[in-house]
Amino acid sequence: MSGILAGPVGDALRLLPDYLGSHVLVSVTALALGLAVSLPLAIASAHRPALRGVLLAVASLVQTVPGLALLALFYPLLLGIAALTERWLAFRFSALGFLPSVLALALYSMLPVLRNTVTGLLGIDPAIKQAAVGVGMTPRQSLMMVELPLAVPVIMAGIRTSAVWVIGTATLSTPIGQASLGNYIFTGLQTQNWVFVLFGCAAAAALALAVDQLLALMETGVRLRRHARVALGGLGLALILAGALAPNLARPHATYVVGAKTFTEQYILAALIEQRLNAAGLSATRREGLGSNVIFAALAAGDIDVYVDYSGTLWANQLRRDDARPRAEVLAEVKSWLAAHGGIAMLGPLGFENAYALAMTRARAQALGIRSIADLASHAPTLSIAGDYEFFARPEWAAIRRVYGLSFRQERQMQPEFMYPAIAAGEVDVIAAYTSDGRIAQHDLVVLDDPRQAIPPYDAVLLAAPKRADDRALSEALAPLIGAIDVTLMREANLRATGGGNASPAEAARWLWDEIEKRKKKQVGWVERQRNPSFWVPRP
Amino acid sequence: MTPAATIAFKDVSKVYDDGRVRALDGVSLSVREREFLAIVGPSGSGKTTLLQLINRLAEPSAGTAEVEGVDVRAVPPIALRRRIGYVFQGVGLFPHMTVAENIAVTPRLIGWDRARMDARVDELLDLVRLDRGQRARYPHQLSGGERQRVGVARAIAAQPKIVLMDEPFGALDPINRDAIGGDYRRLHEQLGLTTVMITHDMLEAVLLADRIGVMRAGRLIAEGTPRELMTGTHGDYVDELMATPRRQAERLNALMAREAAP
Repeated sequence: MSGILAGPVGDALRLLPDYLGSHVLVSVTALALGLAVSLPLAIASAHRPALRGVLLAVASLVQTVPGLALLALFYPLLLGIAALTERWLAFRFSALGFLPSVLALALYSMLPVLRNTVTGLLGIDPAIKQAAVGVGMTPRQSLMMVELPLAVPVIMAGIRTSAVWVIGTATLSTPIGQASLGNYIFTGLQTQNWVFVLFGCAAAAALALAVDQLLALMETGVRLRRHARVALGGLGLALILAGALAPNLARPHATYVVGAKTFTEQYILAALIEQRLNAAGLSATRREGLGSNVIFAALAAGDIDVYVDYSGTLWANQLRRDDARPRAEVLAEVKSWLAAHGGIAMLGPLGFENAYALAMTRARAQALGIRSIADLASHAPTLSIAGDYEFFARPEWAAIRRVYGLSFRQERQMQPEFMYPAIAAGEVDVIAAYTSDGRIAQHDLVVLDDPRQAIPPYDAVLLAAPKRADDRALSEALAPLIGAIDVTLMREANLRATGGGNASPAEAARWLWDEIEKRKKKQVGWVERQRNPSFWVPRP
Repeated sequence: MTPAATIAFKDVSKVYDDGRVRALDGVSLSVREREFLAIVGPSGSGKTTLLQLINRLAEPSAGTAEVEGVDVRAVPPIALRRRIGYVFQGVGLFPHMTVAENIAVTPRLIGWDRARMDARVDELLDLVRLDRGQRARYPHQLSGGERQRVGVARAIAAQPKIVLMDEPFGALDPINRDAIGGDYRRLHEQLGLTTVMITHDMLEAVLLADRIGVMRAGRLIAEGTPRELMTGTHGDYVDELMATPRRQAERLNALMAREAAP
């Protein structure tokens, strides 16, 4: 590979068959489902004003729910249903990814189809409808032979609007575990890979535009009764569908699903796990950009097989503990709790901590004489703090506030990527940083001490789904990672994949593995030297 | 022996809006087999409602409508409409169907095979004096007169014995109107149809119909052959109405005579 294919565009292009295929599949399924539901509903309600009013109001209401929230709401809903079907019908379906995306997008697609179908049917000349009755048509024949064909152009316009909405909104299915063109956008935002972000946007826009134009061709074909145009448009859509799906069908189904949360370190570690599984001859795929609670529920349900979480996160979110305990004690308690609650296996700690820590610029901290969170308490009412989308809702934050009596002038939520530039520019005074983040050193931030230990330890731990608890192939493939990554190594890898380094998470993961290997060799060499002193004796 | 009544109204009334609007008020009238009856009267006199009682596009509030001796309420409406031709006011062709599809719509509903429908469409195009090359055209590609000829062809496609016409030629220019009216009358004879036609054009009624019924405010105020109605007295309104075509003809004659004079 040379030239452009070696850069981020090349990376993006290599991922295109997977992302585009998944995007098309989820969009088409959602549209088909949406049509299958909304067309009959629209037909049934066209001449029933009360039903029509209720339907259109509900569909409009759905539109007011932000797309991301709508998609996210379907995951817990389906998780509940999946638990019920497992209990009563002894079968379980995956509540992550495809199904919630399709259901939410189908719901989203309904309004334009409903509204246009109703408008189209109500807009037909009453004289034509009377003629249909007069020549001896049954109501059903009148609908199928006269009313629907005459309403088709208006209905097609609704379908076009729906298609564009669904294709655009499908980019938001990434956080609930469905691969889509949104993966470019979410990964790109996390790793400051703007080529990825632009590529994702452009690909989604191009797909939406192409589908819209083909549907427009069919629409004019129907209106002008040019069957060739309708056929051409249909052919184009079929080609897009076949072209997008063929590579996916050809690819073997991955055995292991590796999960990742929404930040750079998680992308790198997921890539590392995938690479190790592949190296061991196991097929694997990644589900990235999942929220803390979604990813844990997905692991417990077996929708994903393995991911890296942090002991403190589990301590607070799952064990509901807010007391601070030493690192080893937290690890041991979390491990036994996980085993007892649903059988999640903790394969072991990776060796570093990624704790939440309150950080300030060195200059500002010195000017205010702040060294610890305790010092912060008296200044907090005049200061602002920024954290990621989860932080202010997490029990750790509640514990910090309670223990130190903190009350800030302003709390701002932002993408971690924008948090560091924001504090460097003086837009916020304090940020909830991550201790394994390379940007703490890069921006010359100081991490404030936590003398009362309000923040629990956050050992990165490798978790496996209950169904994988006794999977030797998995634990053996990942064993070399246990205890192998210290915080300096992780910081360096994180820095490489964020902004400055310009490496993709997969490249950072490969670098990380090379470093792990180097260190192991050094250790092995040292052990060899201890065990066999003659090793160093020059041969005669 | 007088031929049996094909259509009979027995004291039919029709009220709308809980009795506030009385569209028909005790009308009794019968139409004999092969008869051409014209119903005339001003707008809102109940003409269209009366016509629609025949094929159950409307139902009477009181009284009965009979077709071929049977109360229409005993006949399933869909089957009834399929054996009665109907030419609609403003034509009412289906804009998304070709001429051939429009003409063959009722045969298709009653399950004729394609070959029979094709042959019938050609036969009908000849009957209504349209070029067979018009088969594949759409209504918007036709002139007003052509459209109405297709409307007539559609009404008689499934070989009905009865044809109902609701102001069929009202929107046409005078030449087309006269030509199509004359052509239809010829078809009526040739096919042995029983026709009920609504019109507000007295001259058309007088020239085409065997018998004329005059309606006003939901009542049938006079009926008879054109000759009967044009002679004798039937009340001020009818006399005035019937005088119109005669006065027009007299004026026309006078005009012609003056033009012809040197």
